[in-house]
Amino acid sequence: MIPVLGGSGPVIPSFGSGSSCEQNNGWWCTDWLREHWGDTLQPALVQHIELVAIAIAAGFLIASVLAIAGFRYRLLDVPVGGFADFLYTIPSIALFQLLVPFTGLTVLTVEIALTSYTLFVLYRNMVAGLRGVPEDALEAARGMGLTRVQTFFRVELPLASPAVLAGLRIATVSTVSIATVAAFVVPKGLGEPIFIGLDQNLFKTEILAAGGLAILLALAADVALAWFARAVTPWSRA
Amino acid sequence: MATQAAELVFDEATKQYPDRPEPAVDRLSLTVPAGEICVLVGPSGGGKTTALKLVNRLIPLTSGDIRIDGRSINDQDVTELRRSIGYVIQQVGLFPHMTVEANIGTVPRLYGRSRQWIRERTAELLELVGLDPSYAKRYPAQLSGGQRQRVGLARALAANPPLMLMDEPYSAIDPIVRARLQDEFLRLQRELRKTVLFVTHDIDEAIKVGDRIAILREGGRLAQYDTPENILLKPADEFVAQFVGADRALKALSLRTLGQISLRPGTWLDGLPQIDASTNLRDALGFLLAGGSDRAIVVDDDGNPLGTVTPEDIVR
Ligand SMILES: Nc1ncnc2c1ncn2[C@@H]1O[C@H](COP(=O)(O)OP(=O)(O)O)[C@@H](O)[C@H]1O
Ligand SMILES: [Mg+2]
Repeated sequence: MIPVLGGSGPVIPSFGSGSSCEQNNGWWCTDWLREHWGDTLQPALVQHIELVAIAIAAGFLIASVLAIAGFRYRLLDVPVGGFADFLYTIPSIALFQLLVPFTGLTVLTVEIALTSYTLFVLYRNMVAGLRGVPEDALEAARGMGLTRVQTFFRVELPLASPAVLAGLRIATVSTVSIATVAAFVVPKGLGEPIFIGLDQNLFKTEILAAGGLAILLALAADVALAWFARAVTPWSRA
Repeated sequence: MATQAAELVFDEATKQYPDRPEPAVDRLSLTVPAGEICVLVGPSGGGKTTALKLVNRLIPLTSGDIRIDGRSINDQDVTELRRSIGYVIQQVGLFPHMTVEANIGTVPRLYGRSRQWIRERTAELLELVGLDPSYAKRYPAQLSGGQRQRVGLARALAANPPLMLMDEPYSAIDPIVRARLQDEFLRLQRELRKTVLFVTHDIDEAIKVGDRIAILREGGRLAQYDTPENILLKPADEFVAQFVGADRALKALSLRTLGQISLRPGTWLDGLPQIDASTNLRDALGFLLAGGSDRAIVVDDDGNPLGTVTPEDIVR
């Protein structure tokens, strides 16, 4: 139950020595939140966003390369897609354990694991999006004299973008949630205050606040990406 | 960008798909004079689409040659060749993520035309195909089937190609809209005078649209290449006679209008039905038979009587 890999972080909350709410381990101690927003929650939130952003960016890049290859050369799709599926099925804690002997208790370990999890959704959606481009549009593009590269950038890519963006949205929201587990490896992200809270006789306010922030962050990312997708694909609402 | 119409020549053009017992197009030779509409017609699987796609090299020739204004298609850069040929297909193939204007501007953009040029050209073309210029900012999903087909035609015309390839452009459109689109296309063609290779499986459409008709039979062999009149009145063989139908004499009536036959000078009886001089003879006969009257007054565009007509005058 108690985290093993992360150890206790640098910031110990003033549980037990502050207000009566804190001493009684209340559900929502506003004075603790006010006092520790700046030294605990806000840095954890920023770290969390960083962990997720790097994983999504790396995952998007790798998945793009793989998806273009898997789309052009169908033979590649089965092994590549299968490998992405396989990575996705490994429980996150197991994946961390597997990586630690090689990359240590580092941010790199966390990013490798988080990136791996994004590949499945991103790759599958990208390939499905590219495959779903209507045949008649491709025929027209060819007949009008667009080269393969022009067809890809002007027709296939834009028409695949709703599926790609849907994949990006799912990957981002799920990575926000998985990234809390990163605190097993490094004392970073919103998982860290949760683990510390668990360590400190289940200090409820800290656990709830960090967990709540993770949920809010996931919701915010979801709404922002949905809005972005609508904004860049106005035709899909037509 | 080329502008004038081009002569199109099929010279023993043959397509043999690798895994097929017989060719899809078999030593097809025919010449489409510049500025004329040649309709390829025939039963399904007769090789019409294949023959059409040989021209813009969407399908490579197995043997023989195709020349546009004397120049072999294989001597030209394939993307250049395609950009210089208007291509219209049944499914239209508009790009769903582009506005009507962006769709129409596709080939001009490849030629480096400015936004301003494309905007003006789009307005001009929309008018030409019978759409209000305000449609420029719409997406394909916001158009009806007939409107999409009009935009498809405008897009194919955008770079003013000397040759147009049209593969069953109106086959998926309901009959009333189809008739209107055919009429508009013919009106437009009188103005533009493109060379057009037009594929259809519908003999009535072929008769209506074609300056010349090429009938392809199974195996991609040319059964007859002639004017609509000769196809109907002098079918080359039993296959052509069967294909154009037992009512071919009746169909031939649709080739001429009341204005083109001699009318009886008129005693204008009150109560006689009136009929437009631009009506074709087949429709006029139908009108007379259905109306229960054995005589009608033929009027010109302004409603002035020109004479009278009876069923006997038409079938004579
Ligand atoms: N890509 C292809 N590979 C093999 N056979 C084909 C291919 N495309 C068409 N065919 C065959 O060639 C013949 C002519 O087809 P098509 O040109 O589409 O005829 P149409 O347009 O007159 O219906 C048909 O028998 C069809 O099955
Ligand atoms: Mg066909």
